Amino acid sequence: MKRLEADGRHRVGLALNGREASGWAEPRMLLSDFLRHELGATGTHVGCEHGVCGACTVRLDGTPVRACLTLAVQAEGRRVDTVEGLAPEGELTELQRAFRRHHALQCGFCTPGILMSLTAWLETNPAPHEGEIRELLSGHLCRCTGYSGIVAAALEIAEAQAGRRADD
Amino acid sequence: MKPAPFDYLRAEAEEEAVSALAEAGDDARLLAGGQTLMPMLNMRLVEPAVLIDISRLPGRAAIADDGTAIEVGAAVTQASLEAWPALAGRAPLLARALPLIGHAQTRSRGTVCGSLAFADPAAELPLCLATLGGEVVLRSRAGTRTLAATAFQTGMLSTACREDEMVAAARFPAAEPGAGYAFAEFARRHGDFAIVAVAVIARENGLRIGVGGVAERPVVAEWPLLEGDALDDALDALAWSLDADDDPHVSAHYRRALVQGLGRRTVLAALEART
Ligand code: FES
Ligand code: FES
Repeated sequence: MKRLEADGRHRVGLALNGREASGWAEPRMLLSDFLRHELGATGTHVGCEHGVCGACTVRLDGTPVRACLTLAVQAEGRRVDTVEGLAPEGELTELQRAFRRHHALQCGFCTPGILMSLTAWLETNPAPHEGEIRELLSGHLCRCTGYSGIVAAALEIAEAQAGRRADD
Repeated sequence: MKPAPFDYLRAEAEEEAVSALAEAGDDARLLAGGQTLMPMLNMRLVEPAVLIDISRLPGRAAIADDGTAIEVGAAVTQASLEAWPALAGRAPLLARALPLIGHAQTRSRGTVCGSLAFADPAAELPLCLATLGGEVVLRSRAGTRTLAATAFQTGMLSTACREDEMVAAARFPAAEPGAGYAFAEFARRHGDFAIVAVAVIARENGLRIGVGGVAERPVVAEWPLLEGDALDDALDALAWSLDADDDPHVSAHYRRALVQGLGRRTVLAALEART
């Protein structure tokens, strides 16, 4: 059994957006703070720190989770994907471009988390279904947009994917 | 909004977890999915000296169907049970209830057993377990004991789980042939705890109905097949028997009306779902 002392700082290594990264964390350090303060990946935002707002949503081994409800030490040896990994070469993804077209963001505070949830969802090749998108978005709070643009952007990409599948 | 310091232990076997628990006593907390415990830590509602992480216990990550019950281990997330291919056929009540728990982004880490252990009176899984007549398997250094749902959940946020015990697994009775299952809840926002939740099993000759969110813990009633006014009367009596309270969100009257309305709708849906 691994025991990490409360007042010690422990080395945590993980694969951040496909690259090895490591930093130091006390056991109580949240994954959200570890990403932002230790690894400098400030794209992941922190709103409520109790799991409600969804701003901190990242992918842990591919699955969207709340970084504020995960300890940094729990991510040891695992894959963590954040918004920075979506456009590594600076070229936006299809979904990000659709966000721009549909005005799916205003202040952008909620956007990184929403992009992580929607990106994971789109990888499952979903049927383009508005209800499902709204269900997924219920795990995110956006105080600016009223969600319509976000739904429209996600729907457009899901439809485009479905169209391509039909063509194959 | 940051947790107070604690020692972190990652248990790689159940024996390790229960030994650590026995040593640390009430200074320790078990961390499974963390979707309830982590907010409580962040808000410093709890400040344990030791956190024992059981989220990666290899022996308790499985869903097992022994023909009579579906056994769900302590490390199984709500999302992985939701994705279990046999779910709709073998546990139709859970198939209906799981999507209503929190959000996809919290079900991905929240565990089934963790929800039972937390014992929120409005939570979906304790209601399902009580309505189905399931069991909870508790493990300590001294051994294993199995409790019926009603003996396990003793009240509001309280269970019969001792300080040195962990919820090792939950056993949900498998679908009965011919029976119909339905689950419904009412919440102000999607993903919130329900104001009232109702689970119903409709059998050939009777109904079993469970109500969550009103009393201190899920309440289950067993009725013959009822319809029309007889059903309304039974729901009315059930609603009054729950001693609903006014709270800052809704009145007792509102809750009773929900038990009646949602109850009727859920009974009808379960009858309809019989095969
Ligand atoms: S900051 Fe994690 S959900 Fe709000
Ligand atoms: S764009 Fe401002 S909170 Fe969503």
